[in-house]
Amino acid sequence: MANGVPMASAPRHLRRKLTNYIFVGLTSIATALALAALVMILWSLVAKGLGGINLAAITQDQPGGGADMGQGGLRNGLVGSLILCAIGMAIALVIGILSGTWLAEYGDASRLAGTVRFINDVLLSAPSILVGLFVYELLVSHLVGHFSAIAGGVALAVLATPVITRTTEDILRLQSNQLREAGMALGAGKGLVIRAIIWRASRTGLVTGGLLGFARISGETAPLLFTSLGNPFLSVNLGQPMASLPTIIFNFALSADDNWRRLAWVAALIIAVFVLSANIIGRALAARGSSHK
Amino acid sequence: MKFEISQEEQPTVMVAPAPEERVLDVRGLDFYYGKTRALHGVDLPVARNRITALIGPSGCGKSTLLRTLNRIYDLYPAQRAEGQILFNGENLLNPRDPVDPEASGSGRPRVGGDLARLRARIGMVFQRPTPFPMSIYDNIAFGVRLQRSVGKAEMDEIVERSLTRAALWDEAKDKLHQSGLGLSGGQQQRLCVARGIAVEPEVLLLDEPASALDPLSTAKLETALLELKDSFTIVIVTHNLQQAARISDYTAFMLMGRLIEFRPSSEAFVKPETEAMRDYVTGRYG
Ligand SMILES: Nc1ncnc2c1ncn2[C@@H]1O[C@H](COP(=O)(O)OP(=O)(O)O)[C@@H](O)[C@H]1O
Ligand SMILES: [Mg+2]
Repeated sequence: MANGVPMASAPRHLRRKLTNYIFVGLTSIATALALAALVMILWSLVAKGLGGINLAAITQDQPGGGADMGQGGLRNGLVGSLILCAIGMAIALVIGILSGTWLAEYGDASRLAGTVRFINDVLLSAPSILVGLFVYELLVSHLVGHFSAIAGGVALAVLATPVITRTTEDILRLQSNQLREAGMALGAGKGLVIRAIIWRASRTGLVTGGLLGFARISGETAPLLFTSLGNPFLSVNLGQPMASLPTIIFNFALSADDNWRRLAWVAALIIAVFVLSANIIGRALAARGSSHK
Repeated sequence: MKFEISQEEQPTVMVAPAPEERVLDVRGLDFYYGKTRALHGVDLPVARNRITALIGPSGCGKSTLLRTLNRIYDLYPAQRAEGQILFNGENLLNPRDPVDPEASGSGRPRVGGDLARLRARIGMVFQRPTPFPMSIYDNIAFGVRLQRSVGKAEMDEIVERSLTRAALWDEAKDKLHQSGLGLSGGQQQRLCVARGIAVEPEVLLLDEPASALDPLSTAKLETALLELKDSFTIVIVTHNLQQAARISDYTAFMLMGRLIEFRPSSEAFVKPETEAMRDYVTGRYG
């Protein structure tokens, strides 16, 4: 092209080059801003969180107001969060994997599947506070009658399920039809082919979906405020209110008590580490899974 | 397409094996993908313990024909076959005909169960290797366990025999409990053959099984198939004419959804009778 019209192309060439520089510059600045924000968040988390960590932070329950600096810990919240997430993930994995499987293998292009997919996408982006309110109405106000760990777990499940449904469907669709046919060609029924061959071939992807679902719920606060509420004491009773790290952060972070604010940062750091590792492991598995194909 | 043949002047040349030699006998088979018709009145006799090769330009309906023989197309609701496929005298296309004589007493049209049994008797190997994500041993045991419960010792024996017959035993015997996905492409394809014959089918269908393999792997696969024809009836789709000439006893040449020539391979390649097949064999038609 430059050969064809050498005279005319010189200024145009310059202008194009300039536009290009400006564009590259803008994208670089935006990237730098995003990175800077991330680094600042991580930095303040690490700086303030690490500084507040001591042994008591995981061996003691949350302190009352006005306790000495360094007193008390997050044991009740840590245990509570683990239980709440376990309930949420257990429900979400079962429902999400089964419904994702139905969408990919049975519903396929049917109208019903289209509707389910649409609802799932809506749930995927539903504000978590709405999910909390919904579970509050259903379980706390009516079925159970009071705040409980179960209600918290259900709220988290509602948040994680659409993530897992979606990844499950996407992952199963990656498997070749020939693999399905190969199973059926040996005389296996469709259900067995899915369970014994397709699920197994999609293992890493399914684990990835689970980890992404976990990452989605592990820092959620709003739905827990209406459901499991929080509990200043260690409790493993699923029918009673239960502490969790996010609700502790919510209560402590803005208080005037220095010791409480210290623990809020420690809790934030712990959550960040969990979310980050879930994401990193999930992505690493996904990458390994796809390079195997 | 360079070729146009009208329905009337459809030149079928048929030098077929005797009726009593036929395991499968396709008669007047039409096949539809939704509204698109892919097969037009195809006849195909398949002789017992012989290798029958399906050849023809791509898109002529070879895979379609093969996929009717074990009714794998049934997975797709829009696909439909009409006509007759006699398997030991029973029409596979009539869902009310139980495929297994033992099941005929029930009188119920148990299509699902009968299809499973049919597919155990007519195995299939696909174009791309399809090892299951499990150990080599379990790949082979999978189909066998679907048929009956088998003790450890007997299963060991079945696995060894199947791998040996598929010419894979020497390469696989030290890693039976490693994943089948770790094998090379050629080994995977032979694993699929071993898996298919482990359930002792009567017929083995292969759809261009060597198209993704290097020449050495292809040669090993062909050797295995030649050994297998003593015990099984083989129908193989191939785009490799040398391969068809090397291993097959009968050759069916198809064009645009029709069977054009069916003859013993020894004659078919030396002296094709129809102009269409002559052009195809001499490479004038892609
Ligand atoms: N799933 C399908 N849906 C619609 N048409 C198909 C499908 N599979 C194959 N066909 C058509 O049927 C014809 C025969 O295809 P195929 O049997 O795959 O040919 P071959 O195996 O000889 O290359 C082709 O015209 C092809 O386009
Ligand atoms: Mg084909």
